[in-house]
Amino acid sequence: MSYLTDRKRATGLGSAKSGAAHHWSMTISSVALLVLIPLFVFTFGSALGGTYEEILAYYSRPFPAIVAVLTIAVTFKHFNGGVQTLIEDYVHGMAQKVSMIVMTCISYGAAAVGIFAIAKLAL
Amino acid sequence: MVQLTLPKNSRMTSGKTWPKPANAKNLKEFHIYRWNPDDGKNPSVDTYFVDLDDCGPMILDAIIKIKNEIDPTLTFRRSCREGICGSCAMNIDGINTLACTYGMAEVKGVVKIYPLPHMPVIKDLIPDLTHFYAQHASIKPWLETETPAPVKEWKQSVDDRSKLDGLYECIMCACCSTSCPSYWWNGDRYLGPAALLHAYRWIIDSRDEGTGERLDELEDPFKLYRCHTIMNCAKTCPKGLNPALAISQIKKLMVERTV
Repeated sequence: MSYLTDRKRATGLGSAKSGAAHHWSMTISSVALLVLIPLFVFTFGSALGGTYEEILAYYSRPFPAIVAVLTIAVTFKHFNGGVQTLIEDYVHGMAQKVSMIVMTCISYGAAAVGIFAIAKLAL
Repeated sequence: MVQLTLPKNSRMTSGKTWPKPANAKNLKEFHIYRWNPDDGKNPSVDTYFVDLDDCGPMILDAIIKIKNEIDPTLTFRRSCREGICGSCAMNIDGINTLACTYGMAEVKGVVKIYPLPHMPVIKDLIPDLTHFYAQHASIKPWLETETPAPVKEWKQSVDDRSKLDGLYECIMCACCSTSCPSYWWNGDRYLGPAALLHAYRWIIDSRDEGTGERLDELEDPFKLYRCHTIMNCAKTCPKGLNPALAISQIKKLMVERTV
C-alpha cells in the first residue's frame, strides 16, 4: 500500500504522446489488405493444383509474383501491429516486452521466408 | 498478466434464503450478491422473495422493499430514483443498468443482481468508483480558455451546441466502463468509455480553447487506444448514449491533425 493520491494513480506516467501513428498505419494496412487479399486469393487459387513447372511459369509472371510479395509483406506488417495490440491488452510487465520481441521476430521472419520463396520462384 | 480466475477470497458461496412474505400470491425471486468486509467471509448470493402486488414496478422499488421489510443489512446506493444521478448502477440480469429505470417486467424469471463488474466492492452492491472518478477528473471536465472571459458569456451557435447532444447527458453511472473488457483488463491505465466520452464532450465544445492539449493528453496507447470498438458501452448505457462513437471521433481527430 503506497500513499498515492487518486489523481496521481489515474494520471500515472502521463501521456506517451503516441498511438495515433500505430492506429493510422493499421488503418492503411487494413485498406491495402482489402485490395490485396482478393487479388492474392484469385491469383494463388488459379495456380493451385498445377505441376511444379506450371507454378514456376505462373509465378515468373510479374503480376502474380508482385501480388504475392505485397500480400505477404503487408499481411505480416498488419499481423505485427495487431498482435502487438493483443499483447498490450493481455500481457503485462517483462513478459510483455519479451512477447513483443518474439512476435516481431516471428513476423519479420515469416515475411522474409515468404518473400524469399516467391523471389526464388519468380527469378 | 490478465487474471482469468477469481482470487480465493472472491469465490462465491451459497447464501441465505430469506422467508417468503406471508399471504403473498404474486412472488418474484431475487438473487442478490452479498459481501461484508467486516465478517471475513467470502461473497455469497442471498435469495429474497418480493410480493409484486405490494411493490413498485422498478428493480429499485424491490430492493428498497427488501431493505425496509426483509433485510436491513442489504447495502446499495440510490438517490434520485429517476435515472439522473447514476447512484443505483448495478448488474441486473447480466446487464449493467440503473435499478431505478429498469422495470421488473423486463426480467423473466429470477432477478439476479450483482455489483458493477470488475470493480473493488465496498459492500454488497456498492463498488469502489474512486479510480473511475479520478480518471474523469484527469481529463479536465471543464471549459479551458486562454482568452479573457467575455463580460457577459461565451457565445455558442445553435449548430455548435447541438454537437454536445448525446454527450452532455452522461451521468457518470459507470455502467459503460465496467461493461468494457478493455477496462476490465487495463482499467488502471485505459480511461474507459465514460471518461473518454466526457473528454470528447470538451474537445468538441466550440468554446473550449484547450483542444490541442486535450488531444495531446489522450494520445496514448493505453489511455485511448485500448478501445477496440467492442461496443458493450453503447449496448449497456442506460441513457442510450454511444461512448464508442465518441471514442472513434477522438481517434479521427488524432489522425486529422497528423495526416
